[in-house]
Amino acid sequence: MRDIAVVGFAQTPCVRETDGTTNGVEMLVPIFHEVLGGLGLTKTDIGFWCSGSSDYLAGRAFSFVSAVDAIGAFPPIAESHVEMDAAWALYEAWVKLLCGEVDTALVYGFGKSSAGQLRRVMAMQLDPYLVTPLWPDTLGLAGIQARMGIENGLWDERAMASVAARSRRNALSNPLAQLSGEVGADELLASPYVADPLRRHDCAPITDGAATIVLAAGDRARELCERPAWITGFQHRTDSPSFGTRDLTTSPSAVAAGKAAGVDGVQVAELHAPFTHQEILLRQALGLGDDVSVNPSGGVLAGNPMFSAGLARIGEAARRVHDGSASKVLGHATSGPLLQQNLVCVMEGRA
Amino acid sequence: MTRPLSAPLDVGFDYTRSLGPTLGRFLSDLRRRRVTGIRGSDGRVHVPPLEYDPVTAESLHEFVDVAATGVVRGWSWIPEPLEGQPLDRPFAWALIQLDGADTSLLHAVDAGTPDQISTGARVRVRWRAERVGAITDIECFEISDEPADEPVAADDVTMVTTPVNLHYTHSASPTEDPFLRGLMEGRLLGQRCPSCEKVYFPPRPACPTDGVPTTDQVELADHGTITTYCVVNVPFLGQRIPPPYVSAYVLLDGADIPFLHLLLGVAPEDVRMGMRVEAVWKPREEWGPTMQNIDHFRPSGEPDAPFDSYSQHL
Repeated sequence: MRDIAVVGFAQTPCVRETDGTTNGVEMLVPIFHEVLGGLGLTKTDIGFWCSGSSDYLAGRAFSFVSAVDAIGAFPPIAESHVEMDAAWALYEAWVKLLCGEVDTALVYGFGKSSAGQLRRVMAMQLDPYLVTPLWPDTLGLAGIQARMGIENGLWDERAMASVAARSRRNALSNPLAQLSGEVGADELLASPYVADPLRRHDCAPITDGAATIVLAAGDRARELCERPAWITGFQHRTDSPSFGTRDLTTSPSAVAAGKAAGVDGVQVAELHAPFTHQEILLRQALGLGDDVSVNPSGGVLAGNPMFSAGLARIGEAARRVHDGSASKVLGHATSGPLLQQNLVCVMEGRA
Repeated sequence: MTRPLSAPLDVGFDYTRSLGPTLGRFLSDLRRRRVTGIRGSDGRVHVPPLEYDPVTAESLHEFVDVAATGVVRGWSWIPEPLEGQPLDRPFAWALIQLDGADTSLLHAVDAGTPDQISTGARVRVRWRAERVGAITDIECFEISDEPADEPVAADDVTMVTTPVNLHYTHSASPTEDPFLRGLMEGRLLGQRCPSCEKVYFPPRPACPTDGVPTTDQVELADHGTITTYCVVNVPFLGQRIPPPYVSAYVLLDGADIPFLHLLLGVAPEDVRMGMRVEAVWKPREEWGPTMQNIDHFRPSGEPDAPFDSYSQHL
């Protein structure tokens, strides 16, 4: 199998609301320049482009086609899109590189969550026959899952608040974070419920943003990057969309993806957990011990740009390999309601 | 800098879906105030019924009647309901295991206050008076250990219609903003790409050829050349002019990209590529931030433009 590595990563600041359009062009142009410029590449050096975004988030048809303007797709490019977090676009690009068709790929995700009502828009991903017609909101669904874990003794509201406090503390060192600061669990627990048992700090903020990753194979990766983050395991799994059927206090798909990707020995894990209890759940599902540094960037509780947040987890994890601060890391992404689909990307640095 | 122009954008449409044998049975039965589950490969009874087993993927066929009463297995509290949700006053979302079922159904519980509901609470269906064969035939659940209302007769349903209404704020891009503000003054403002020097009208956030934001504003005249056109003979929903009429691509003098507009004042059989045209503006008091300020284009009477003058702009 070909060796493939993450060699470049760039992301926009995470902000509550941008002035830009919902096709993401204004967010994408600067990060394309940043990531390609940093590698000494131009657009014609990229063999394959792949993106993740959602027309429902944008409120317009084919917003991902308009986004291609940000590339300057002339001469014509090889390009694809997933209506999922761009971590799945990264998976598609990785497969393309594995097949030997190309040596480089640029993957991007973008979303202007502030354009619509995110809690309602996300109902469009649910079972369209029996669930979407009720318009369940993301916070309401996550609240059911959180309570099931609390009542089963797997976590409590204080443990959840501690996740939020640690996330914001970690985000102090992340200049692109939306939420950061020193705050104690007691202070957080004094705030009212937004969807009992969830308080505001338990829920990822609404964020506009975009992210991009460049993949390269073999010698091309070694040319481009002093310390490539070599992908040693890349797996995704899914659970039934019928969430009344499955045990919501665990995530069989996360367990299976982690096992298949080989997470033993990771020093850093960036987990895509939009709710505090989901970070605890994922830690348990992936078998991450106390010695693993979880979400040193602050994670999505510090900024959750829809459709690029999962890709950015992989980028943040890869960055720890690039800068030499870790030798084995994982990036995780989720999609669907209540951790239905999970993706794990394990990366290693080599001497 | 002022923020770019923005406006509310409401997206509304119906999804109409065929139900098939499993969901058709379930929703037909809801219409009869009955709840039906299906037996899975492992013997578990799934409510709502699944078409395929979630573990073995086997096709499932054995329907099982279950009660319209059950137990709350998990819940959250919604103090401020959102548009479209089952109740417009504070309520609980709950996973409810109906008596006779092994899995749980998501619905709303009209509990009044969060201290009225708990995991393990007994609930029953509150049936909607007018039932159409949809999950919303269950108006909600209510806290009760009494049975729900008795079944009644009703015809089968084979389709379900789900209305979708989403609300957005649509923002113009930094280059579209001066374009739209210019239109309000009767000016046509394009943008030039700093790399390929093509002039875009309407402007775009980035040059699609070079991927760089356009930078220089270019004011254009309101006349140009037809690069290509079509004669519309087919009526369609929302059509404003009786066919036949001509939709034409107009390349404004000084622009590099033509745009589509309406051509009047000439018989369809007399329209040709290269024809010179000019804008016919609506009365000034009707102007807004829209290309509809130009009511249509009409022939200007100038000699046709030579093919070479627009051959690179087709």
